[in-house]
Amino acid sequence: MESQFVFPNDWHVAWSIMIVLYPYITGLVAGAFVVSALYHVFHDNSLKPVSRLAMVTALCFCSCATMPLLLHLHQPMRAFNIMITPSATSAMAGFGFIYNLYMLLLVVEVWLIFRPEIVATAQTATGIKGLVTKVLSLGIKEITPGARAVDNWVIRALAIIGIPAACILHGYVGFLFGGIKANPWWSTAMMPVIFLISAVVSGIAALVLFYLITGRGHSAEERSECVYSLTRYLWIALIAAFALEMLELLHMAYEGSSDWHVIWHLLTHPLRLSYGVLQVGVGSLVPLLLLPLALLMKRWPRLMMTVSALASLLVLVQVFAMRWNVVIGGQLFSKSHRGFVTYPLEPMGREGLIAAIVVLVLPVVLLLVASKVLPVYEEKAAH
Amino acid sequence: MNSLLSILGQSASSGCGSCGSGGGCCQSSGQPHHTHGHHAHEHHSHSHHGGCCSQSATSVRPDETRRGFMERATTLVLGSFTLTLLPMMSGDEKKEEPSQTPAAPPEKAAAPPDPAAAAKGVLYGFLIDTEKCTGAGKCLTACREENRVPEGNSRTWVERYTHFRDGRVQVDLVPESGFHGSTVPQYDPAEVAKSYFVPKLCNQCVDAPCNQVCPVHASITSPEGVELVDPDRCIGCGYCVQACPYGMRFMNPETNNADKCTWCYHRITKNEQPACVEACPTGARVFGRLDDPESDLSKRLASLRTQVLKEHLGTNPKLFYTSLSDEVI
Repeated sequence: MESQFVFPNDWHVAWSIMIVLYPYITGLVAGAFVVSALYHVFHDNSLKPVSRLAMVTALCFCSCATMPLLLHLHQPMRAFNIMITPSATSAMAGFGFIYNLYMLLLVVEVWLIFRPEIVATAQTATGIKGLVTKVLSLGIKEITPGARAVDNWVIRALAIIGIPAACILHGYVGFLFGGIKANPWWSTAMMPVIFLISAVVSGIAALVLFYLITGRGHSAEERSECVYSLTRYLWIALIAAFALEMLELLHMAYEGSSDWHVIWHLLTHPLRLSYGVLQVGVGSLVPLLLLPLALLMKRWPRLMMTVSALASLLVLVQVFAMRWNVVIGGQLFSKSHRGFVTYPLEPMGREGLIAAIVVLVLPVVLLLVASKVLPVYEEKAAH
Repeated sequence: MNSLLSILGQSASSGCGSCGSGGGCCQSSGQPHHTHGHHAHEHHSHSHHGGCCSQSATSVRPDETRRGFMERATTLVLGSFTLTLLPMMSGDEKKEEPSQTPAAPPEKAAAPPDPAAAAKGVLYGFLIDTEKCTGAGKCLTACREENRVPEGNSRTWVERYTHFRDGRVQVDLVPESGFHGSTVPQYDPAEVAKSYFVPKLCNQCVDAPCNQVCPVHASITSPEGVELVDPDRCIGCGYCVQACPYGMRFMNPETNNADKCTWCYHRITKNEQPACVEACPTGARVFGRLDDPESDLSKRLASLRTQVLKEHLGTNPKLFYTSLSDEVI
């Protein structure tokens, strides 16, 4: 860097940690949905124990996905303008439609999956629980084998539709960044693919942890089998995600365009910890060693699950670091390409650290509550 | 049902169930009566013969009323959806008429764009003669005062490039108060090979990325080719701030909207010069009409060798520079 010169309007980082959280949360949604689809569409029965949990996870996180965006918007009361007066030329304009369609799909599919239990509870329970389940049943009490066959057909159809929908939901988030030609750190056609694969990674990793925390009712053998299968998928997805991320970086370095000196300085200075240590080292390389190690430990289920859980935790850190490095990292250098700024993450405020923690913890709390209220591990009545 | 029907603008007792025209199918819709004839064939139980209006309200069966309601509801939903899509389908969004002079201060915002000028196809442009700029900073003060630009952000600025004899290039920001008493570094003239000033302002791109990415049509192009922000539509997402390659946009902390240089749109539509141009003591900033070959700007552009910033991005700026070095981006 020959001089530290920053354009006057670049000193302020316009997109805060809230914009980091949005792709992180939608990534978990997309990833969890893919796991569910592996069972519903591709009939991987080893994932049956988490198929319902995956759907509920997707729903809980998806229902909180707009929170960081609303906290970020400077005019949140006009948020619906994005659906009322969408601009066809803007990638962002698709948000309202894509999000709502996906949310609708999730709600319908979760309702269909849990319909037998809802109807059964509505017919037996009294008081508030009875009233709530009666409303949730929508007055449809038929749970005959024929009706369930129709339900299961629709569930499968929705899961089939949901796979490309999940890809669009998250691929589009990557496109938002990849389509910004003003920013050399963002502007790449690989961005949607990288976002998508890392979304799958984060969704699987989250499910490993959620399952190990909430699925204690299952037999050790069943848990071990399911976690082993998830670990295998996680390893494959992480290899793909890490390879794409490194390929992109290698491509930039090899091309060595006029912007490369900015990227290199960014990675080796402001993002040294979050990129070099967290995203690449602790978050990718270590799990890439731990995951195959866990797969080799199939004979020792407890050890295998422990190693898998540790790797999953690191992978979740990796994906968060990746979102951070893209969103915040892309704003740490000025468009003058001659200077760098810092992002002061304030603890308080609408876009502060505490608000971010609340936004991130809320869907987890929702999920834990849902796992108590809904029979996320009981499928006998459903099938 | 009655309440829903009332929302749809008809009552259950007076509505025409078969055609769903809400009791006004012949009078208010303007459609010829025979266009509803197909309903008669579909509903053989109707007492009327292809004439929906001849049917009395009391003869409408409940299921027919429901069908009519469904038809009207479907029409309403599809109609609403179509209306929503209209702005998307309108094609050339860049020719949208601004609802007001968005970025202008309140007391200056009264002047609407001159429709007559727009009709003549006025297209504005800007030229910066870097060899004339002395870094006086008067343009910066004038802009801030004219447009009430909040502290910490800028609609225009001036960069000072210093090339040292050892090959280093240093860029500094010219202070609005002028160099006297400022913190801008002063260099030993013996070490400096050359130095020059480069004013920056909105490039008013023909293919403006900021306009492209705005999700809600809040970034609009005036008929004169000036990029504006509609303060009533902006949701404050900041996408345009990210998309501008020149760093010209910012989130205004006072209005909570995106903000930018408008070439003083509220002035130029009254045939005045932008505040920065008026304040410039050396004539380094030249504003004028690109569509008029006799304008001072057009004549200069025709005779001078000019450049634009970040040409490789394909934004097609209408802000031109003379004597620009490669270091300037």
